[in-house]
Amino acid sequence: MATKPFSVTRLPGFGAIAIAAFIALYAPIITLVVYSFNAANSVAIWGGFSLDWYRLAWENDQVQQAAIRSLVIATFAAGFSTLLATLAAVGTTRRGRFKGQTIIYVMINQPLMVPEIVTAVALLILFGAIRTATGIQGLGYLILAHTAFCIPFAYLPIRARLEGMDMSLETAAADLYATPWQAFRHVTLPLLAPGILAGAMLAFVISLDDVIITEFVKSAGQDTLPTYMLGQLRRAMTPEVNAISTALLVLTVLLLTGFFLITRGRQN
Amino acid sequence: MTTTAIEARAVTKRFGAGEITALDAVSISIAQGEFFTLLGPSGCGKTTLLRCIAGFETPTDGAILLSGSDITASPPNKRNVNTVFQSYALFPHLTVAQNIGFGLKMRGDDAAKVDKRTEEMLALVKMEQMASRRPEQLSGGQQQRVALARALAPAPEVLLLDEPLSALDLKLRKEMQSELKRLQSETGITFVFVTHDQEEALTMSDRIAVMSHGQLQQVGSPREIYTRPVNRFVADFIGETNFLEAEAKGDSVTLSTGDTLPLPGAGTGPITLAVRPELLRLTEPGEGDLTATVRDSVYFGTDWHCHLLLSDGTEVVARMQSPPTGESGIGKGQPVGLAFAPGALRVLED
Ligand SMILES: Nc1ncnc2c1ncn2[C@@H]1O[C@H](COP(=O)(O)OP(=O)(O)OP(=O)(O)O)[C@@H](O)[C@H]1O
Ligand SMILES: [Mg+2]
Repeated sequence: MATKPFSVTRLPGFGAIAIAAFIALYAPIITLVVYSFNAANSVAIWGGFSLDWYRLAWENDQVQQAAIRSLVIATFAAGFSTLLATLAAVGTTRRGRFKGQTIIYVMINQPLMVPEIVTAVALLILFGAIRTATGIQGLGYLILAHTAFCIPFAYLPIRARLEGMDMSLETAAADLYATPWQAFRHVTLPLLAPGILAGAMLAFVISLDDVIITEFVKSAGQDTLPTYMLGQLRRAMTPEVNAISTALLVLTVLLLTGFFLITRGRQN
Repeated sequence: MTTTAIEARAVTKRFGAGEITALDAVSISIAQGEFFTLLGPSGCGKTTLLRCIAGFETPTDGAILLSGSDITASPPNKRNVNTVFQSYALFPHLTVAQNIGFGLKMRGDDAAKVDKRTEEMLALVKMEQMASRRPEQLSGGQQQRVALARALAPAPEVLLLDEPLSALDLKLRKEMQSELKRLQSETGITFVFVTHDQEEALTMSDRIAVMSHGQLQQVGSPREIYTRPVNRFVADFIGETNFLEAEAKGDSVTLSTGDTLPLPGAGTGPITLAVRPELLRLTEPGEGDLTATVRDSVYFGTDWHCHLLLSDGTEVVARMQSPPTGESGIGKGQPVGLAFAPGALRVLED
């Protein structure tokens, strides 16, 4: 008689633990979403269904401006970081293994390793000095900061895609009279496009979501959606925050679904 | 007079810190319109030589000439030489037609010309029906044809083929062999073909270069290589060969068995003789040039391979055609005579 191979799913209590874990993961979010539709003024006591908080949030000038600011920053940060990440990925993978490759990988992925609060403080000090010295204000500082910490998130899917790509394709292009630029433009780039798109979406979500660095780097009146919400929590908590959170959640889930569809598509 | 398409002048290629010598002063001259084959065991430097010709590797030393001009320093895209890769390396994001037209487009031909030439090429490899498919929707043999058409489309001076048939099954392989010969004679382009299949090399080539350890062993027509191998390596690598140690004495040789045979111009001193199994004939005991004992015989359908022991214990193989009954008529341990066909004994250089 053959013994069944070991499977964690048959351990006693597996089902119960799994359900508990899912509850821990999703119950808070479900509560948040449910109370965003609360007619009452509370985030804990149900007063019937309504879309009032969404309407209120939508009509709130501060929310509108923070949302626009968030999207502007995320768009620029995703664009810049994806461009840089693409260059970095092409530079580190479209060649044989080289000395110091691992160090380069580690350096590119610095934002994944250095605690965010440390980066935030460092940027606060640096940008503060630049602001005083030059007098330059504006969203540029936030875009720059977001670009920096988005790079590894854009870099990873692009590099993964490149590593799965046969170098002989570029060799074949060169053999067929393509200059290095033409080979990149007509072979590498089109094949890399899904990786670039995935990287950009991930970077966009990461930027949209950031609190700590934004909180430290922003000047007065430069709230993004997450920092606006943080500010609101210090005052009265209303389901308006739930509504904004839910909208942000939906946007993020949509983008990440897109990301997974793109990255999964490349495997088949 | 034939013109030279490709010439390698003492091309040496070292890898790493110079400790790996992939090519060791290789000099070859390949004529315009030739079907030239590089043959040799794995790791002997065939691919490296091809890559040097294509421009993917720069020789450590030596020069490469295309139609007489030195191209050693030109990048691949500036060389009028195209490659059929072993993995085909078709562009997965382009259709069959776009793949075929790629080289022409990169070279800057106008769209009408690209389309016209693409259609010609599709017809040449009989893939008209597949023009708008993607490479992933093709079988191995079809991908092979597209790779060929893509490399032939820009009408290069030389086409390099690195084991293009090795990924195909036997039947398809045979088909593509004749297909390749047809394409070569129809286009008149010089083919430099890499294989480690000696039969493929013998049946397809105008000339063969046998390589070993980065060095050229012998260059010649299939018949020259097969009938007059210059050294033990070539004799052993191409077909089956019996080696006999002997002492040359002017116009005769004394084998290790003690038998003396006439061999004009044998020279003097210890030599190695090579004899092809099909040039040995079994005779009645006592007749022929040598005596031997049958150790074993193996049936191959068309012929029998008889493993024989000479009187000093040297093992030789003789090949005899199967009679209509298929019976060899010889048994293990049976004493036989062994006769050499005229000219069967070849003196090897080393
Ligand atoms: N990029 C490289 N770096 C280091 N060594 C290499 C490199 N390319 C080839 N070599 C070495 O050079 C030698 C010749 O390699 P090459 O690929 O030319 O052989 P080949 O005759 O094509 O063999 P095969 O029949 O297996 O394809 C081998 O010993 C190989 O290990
Ligand atoms: Mg090879």
